[in-house]
Amino acid sequence: MSATRAALPPKEQLDEPGGRPVDRRGGSTLLRHLAVVLAAGLLLVAVSYSVEPFRNFQLATVAAYLCATAGLTVLTGLNGQLSLGHGALMATGAYTVALCQTAFADRGMTGGWLLPLSLGAAIVSTVAVGAVVGVAAARLRGPYLAGVTLAVAVVVPALAVTFDGVFNGEQGLSVPVEPPPLSLGPYFPYERWQLWVTGAATLLALLLLANLIRSRYGRTFRAVRDDEVAARLAGIHVARTQVLAFVVSAATAGLGGALLAVLAQSVSPGAFSLTLSLFLLMAVVIGGLGRLTGALWGAVLLVALPDLTHSVTEMLTLSPAVAQRLEGNLPLAIFGLTLIVVMIAAPGGVQGLLSRLGRALLARRPTRRS
Amino acid sequence: MERGLELHHIGVRFGGLTALDDVSLRVPPNRVVGVIGPNGAGKTTLFNVICGFVAPETGSLTLDGRPLRPRPHRLTRLGIARTLQGTGLFAGLSVLENVMTGASHTARAGFVPALLGLPASDRDERRLRGDALTILDELGIAEHAEAAPTTLPFAVRQRVALARALAARPRLLLLDEPAGGLGADDIAELAELVRQLPRRDSDPCAVLLVEHHMDLVMAVCDELVVLDFGRVIAAGTPDEIRDDPAVTDAYLGATVEEASQ
Repeated sequence: MSATRAALPPKEQLDEPGGRPVDRRGGSTLLRHLAVVLAAGLLLVAVSYSVEPFRNFQLATVAAYLCATAGLTVLTGLNGQLSLGHGALMATGAYTVALCQTAFADRGMTGGWLLPLSLGAAIVSTVAVGAVVGVAAARLRGPYLAGVTLAVAVVVPALAVTFDGVFNGEQGLSVPVEPPPLSLGPYFPYERWQLWVTGAATLLALLLLANLIRSRYGRTFRAVRDDEVAARLAGIHVARTQVLAFVVSAATAGLGGALLAVLAQSVSPGAFSLTLSLFLLMAVVIGGLGRLTGALWGAVLLVALPDLTHSVTEMLTLSPAVAQRLEGNLPLAIFGLTLIVVMIAAPGGVQGLLSRLGRALLARRPTRRS
Repeated sequence: MERGLELHHIGVRFGGLTALDDVSLRVPPNRVVGVIGPNGAGKTTLFNVICGFVAPETGSLTLDGRPLRPRPHRLTRLGIARTLQGTGLFAGLSVLENVMTGASHTARAGFVPALLGLPASDRDERRLRGDALTILDELGIAEHAEAAPTTLPFAVRQRVALARALAARPRLLLLDEPAGGLGADDIAELAELVRQLPRRDSDPCAVLLVEHHMDLVMAVCDELVVLDFGRVIAAGTPDEIRDDPAVTDAYLGATVEEASQ
């Protein structure tokens, strides 16, 4: 990244959250971000009425993944910690929500506040796991850090199989979710309701993340990423900052996993394999590391790619066995290829490319006028 | 209350190598003290002891008479800031953000206000930003506030590093080879700047300077300490040091000749 920056023309501004032109407006961060989130929420509601149920479900899945990718991009992009274990953190959230929802259903409890409660529990349990991993991670660098998080990615799904009395092994658990409230009408499409629920949860998570990134904590995260010795001399407790970044990232991953489980109404170890962890990391890099908008492109890619490969394999007339094998492996291959191409052509990812395009257009306008 | 930072009989060994041996020195408030010596004399180790990166085996440190057990991330809270060799700027932060980071310990708002984007956090940020701009202005580099450090000339980057250290409002500033990589004109400007630090209107500070460049050291320092093989071989005013035969033998002779070439 720094090599590309050095090649930029002088006076080039940093293209990163918080690195934007000096904010002299002096307004409230909360109000500014709230306005964006509300606009996005309204847009989402409008879209939910205008597209078919299947698209609603897909958008809801994007929202769930976005939770996880947004947290991962904060950890990896802004704090410089590589995590190959975010799939496992998502699993932690997913299993927590499954256990909570099942417990509520078994006791015959109903009410609109139960799901938020379960999601909250999912965040709390993932934060606990994330804190443990984060403390270990703060002592490790580079490949060793990758190794530990990789171990987490492998161990957590295996735990679900080992303790099959609680987690029901490979079969997994079902997640009982209540239907949309009756006040929305008797024929309210379930998929639209799913989009509303996941969209609201994700927008809330993004709001908090955006606030954090704009605060001194976001700056501290990046300072620790860039130079640990200088960060310490600037009065920053490096290890504490790294654990905090890991915990924040884990919380959003847990919420993302919980939302996925709520969408699928089930959870199994197979849904949170090592491949998912790798996909998440590739998605945030392709989308544009360190940017929430980049995390959005990554999440879109995560949902669109399996679909894309499905239609590709359908176009080719193949024997069922070959088609099935292709469909299983093609997303990974395409993802890998995309990653290589993006790294060569646009190291800033999709978002970097878009903002470069935007700047070029903005720069051209005044010269035309004169 | 004329005490400042004091080192008492500091000794550091790395395996069989004696890096510092019975080193004592004092940096009184609002004075500029220089530490010079050939490569490997222990200058950087001395800084690392003061910053808490290296624990001394023997001896002790005091700050205004109180015992000091430095830890790097607590240093700015004690009123001590340090620049690094080769600037050590955060490449992914703008110049302004780099300087704001220097005052991290003055932030009041906690994690929850930051997460919720509450006014307390915004107030903190506005104050840090204002203070940082004031310092950038004082050092004459306010125009670069929004630039990425990697796009700036080395001399400007060096000033940003200085601004970041000053943002902590230190009483004592440790400068680690600030003239390294600078041209003659830049060094003259730097000398003027360092001389002014103890006489600033707001937050004047003492300076402890580790430097190879003799012109700078002689021009700005009130007192000099000469290290050789980890020992203090001379201490005094620049004039006294210049005439000290032991110093000339160990270090100055060669450097003065080199510098005049």
